[in-house]
Amino acid sequence: MSSTYLGMPALPAYGQGNLHATEAFPAAAQRELGNTQLRANLGHATHTIRDKRLRVVAELPDWEELRNAGAATKASVMARLPELLEQFEANFTARGGTIHWARDAAEANRIVRDLIRDAGADEVVKVKSMATQEIGLNEYLEEQGIAAFETDLAELIVQLDHDKPSHILVPAIHKNRSQVRDIFLREMPGVDPDLTDNPARLAEASRMHLRRKFLSAKVAISGANFAIADSGTLGVVESEGNGRMCLTLPETLITVMGVEKLLPSFQDLEVFMQLLPRSSTGERMNPYTSFWTGVTKGDGPQDVHLVLLDNGRSAALADEMGRSALHCIRCSACMNVCPVYERTGGHAYGSTYPGPIGAILSPLLTGITSEENASLPYASSLCGACYDACPVKINIPEILVHLRSVDVESRRGNAAGKKKLPGQMDVAMKAASWAMGSGRRMALVEKALPLGQLAAGPDKKIKKLPGIAAGWTQSRDLPAPPARSFRDWWAKERGNTSSKEKA
Amino acid sequence: MKIALFATCIVDAMYPSTARATVSILERLGHQVVFPAGQGCCGQMHLNSGYFPEAVPVIRNHVEAFEAEDYDVAVAPSGSCVASVKHQHAMLARAIGDKDLEARATAVGARTYELSALLTDVLGVTDAAAQMGSWYPHRITYHPSCHGMRLLRLGDRQSNLLRTVEGLELEPLPQADQCCGFGGTFSLKNADVSSAMLADKDANISATGAQLCTGGDASCLMHIGGGLSREGSSIATLHFAEILASTREDPAPAPDALRKPAGSTAGSIAERARR
Ligand code: SF4
Repeated sequence: MSSTYLGMPALPAYGQGNLHATEAFPAAAQRELGNTQLRANLGHATHTIRDKRLRVVAELPDWEELRNAGAATKASVMARLPELLEQFEANFTARGGTIHWARDAAEANRIVRDLIRDAGADEVVKVKSMATQEIGLNEYLEEQGIAAFETDLAELIVQLDHDKPSHILVPAIHKNRSQVRDIFLREMPGVDPDLTDNPARLAEASRMHLRRKFLSAKVAISGANFAIADSGTLGVVESEGNGRMCLTLPETLITVMGVEKLLPSFQDLEVFMQLLPRSSTGERMNPYTSFWTGVTKGDGPQDVHLVLLDNGRSAALADEMGRSALHCIRCSACMNVCPVYERTGGHAYGSTYPGPIGAILSPLLTGITSEENASLPYASSLCGACYDACPVKINIPEILVHLRSVDVESRRGNAAGKKKLPGQMDVAMKAASWAMGSGRRMALVEKALPLGQLAAGPDKKIKKLPGIAAGWTQSRDLPAPPARSFRDWWAKERGNTSSKEKA
Repeated sequence: MKIALFATCIVDAMYPSTARATVSILERLGHQVVFPAGQGCCGQMHLNSGYFPEAVPVIRNHVEAFEAEDYDVAVAPSGSCVASVKHQHAMLARAIGDKDLEARATAVGARTYELSALLTDVLGVTDAAAQMGSWYPHRITYHPSCHGMRLLRLGDRQSNLLRTVEGLELEPLPQADQCCGFGGTFSLKNADVSSAMLADKDANISATGAQLCTGGDASCLMHIGGGLSREGSSIATLHFAEILASTREDPAPAPDALRKPAGSTAGSIAERARR
């Protein structure tokens, strides 16, 4: 079994695909902030899920213990990943499945294409899957002349609208009912022209549309929420039943899954099936949970494949401070509570993974290589709501700060002398470090406080600041500083500044 | 008890009255306050912006300044700075492999308290009016800052103390747990998103009908107040330490007086009281 790791590179390679932002976050965010419809839709949706989640989480007296158990299981999976993957491969293969190892997005896409061609198909049905979005599978298959039909309602809406998902669980969270109706009328062949924006009518229209596909497709593609090492089982958790159709009707089933989805044993599901539905949709249990273990003769797909995807996961794993980002079970709780995501939506992050987890996962998978991806770890006020919400206790704020330091260091340059010119922020931070690193120097700098008063208007407010501070005064006044610091007051009023000095 | 005051850089330079209020509260409770002269800043700005090497001398200085002083516990009127001292200092020392500094930072962090935590958990204050003579007859609302709420788990300590101030009316703030959007350099690097968060926070504050918003972090209050001021709102911000320190004899500035240029505030609340 020592051959299993051959598919993985000796040196961690960074991921590719839909993980790279094409625009720096502040610029993308500014554009998205201007979309008032998007903000209203998002604000409404995230607040609804947020409240539901809080209610069902409060029902469990042992929620914190469950979170700890989930975090501990994931940490042990990461520590034993090679061994568990080998165990999984052995069990999956023994039950009639076939494993394919994919180093990156391009390799995974090619493997899937070849499997579809081998099955003699030119169209496939798809269960919503983050991994296939990450590698850009739909776009790739289209280029190769293969049509991929999304069967999840929200995913279908996004696909029909030639848009990108903006949320990992509710991809069309940024659209409202009447927008959906317009998309269906425009893009869905044979749709009833009198379609209203009644949710039941919309769901019915999509069902009619999809039924034909379910019954004709010979190949289905899925993601997986879990892979169980000790039994070789894969599992998908969903709400609409479309996944169940895809997983049972076609002859060939191809699953694409990141290597980090592994769990040691079937028993571990007990913890994760409590954590996941509650955190994601705010439900005690999701409507459909499907598990399959290899091939069962005469029942379900007879040709079962799993593409195990690295695409930067080894690189993330090699980052000691950041590796726990791989614990993520893609519940989306962090984005539903994130004040930044709530206002910008998912598109501003430019990656398959938006919100707080995206702000750490995308740069971890791709490396802080471009200015665009390097802007992601700054897309947070570090308010900590994501860490509180995360069912597997990923300390997202701490990883954000770590990645910021990686970015700052990369700008300092390396031994090869590829040093970039220091920016205003770099210079300001150096100066502040000098001043704030000593009480004496602070006192010296504070002697200039009256100068700040000069900068203020007659109303004692500063309304315009230069350089990097200009962002502050775009929507906020700064009070004029006082005439003297507390330090100065204490020294004059209380005589000596320190009890030691008094003694 | 001998209590060392960590004024924090922003309070020291921008809001000295908050530090003076902290001193007066503690002295009124019968404690001795000392001010370690070597203190500078907690280094949070450098750390959170990813400037780890620049944060090291700042953190080292904090540890040394507080080691040089003789005291029982240290206090700061700021949740985020205390969170930095308690959680980040040792973490950074560990990251740079300095075991000695890690141990010393851990020791300093362990006896550093946020003001409401010190008052509630150590000094046994349960009734601000009865124990400290706190009097502030105004309608206020309260914003619990993120770091105090989530990193320090302060819970209701600050608002519970405020509730016991004589004459004070506390209006609940809708979506109180939402970040105001300051986030240090976040407000500069992502000024647009920060402004959008601030606009919502300030709208919620305005909706309460309160004349003033209080909280436990000068930086958040500066941000919130800066937005209200730009909008032309009459709602002011004031640190909760100043409200606790306010008495009939020595009142803190009244909400409407807070907006007026410095110097014209003194006595306005006393005048009202006399009327
Ligand atoms: S980081 Fe945590 S909260 Fe966010 S999607 Fe992943 S598991 Fe859920």
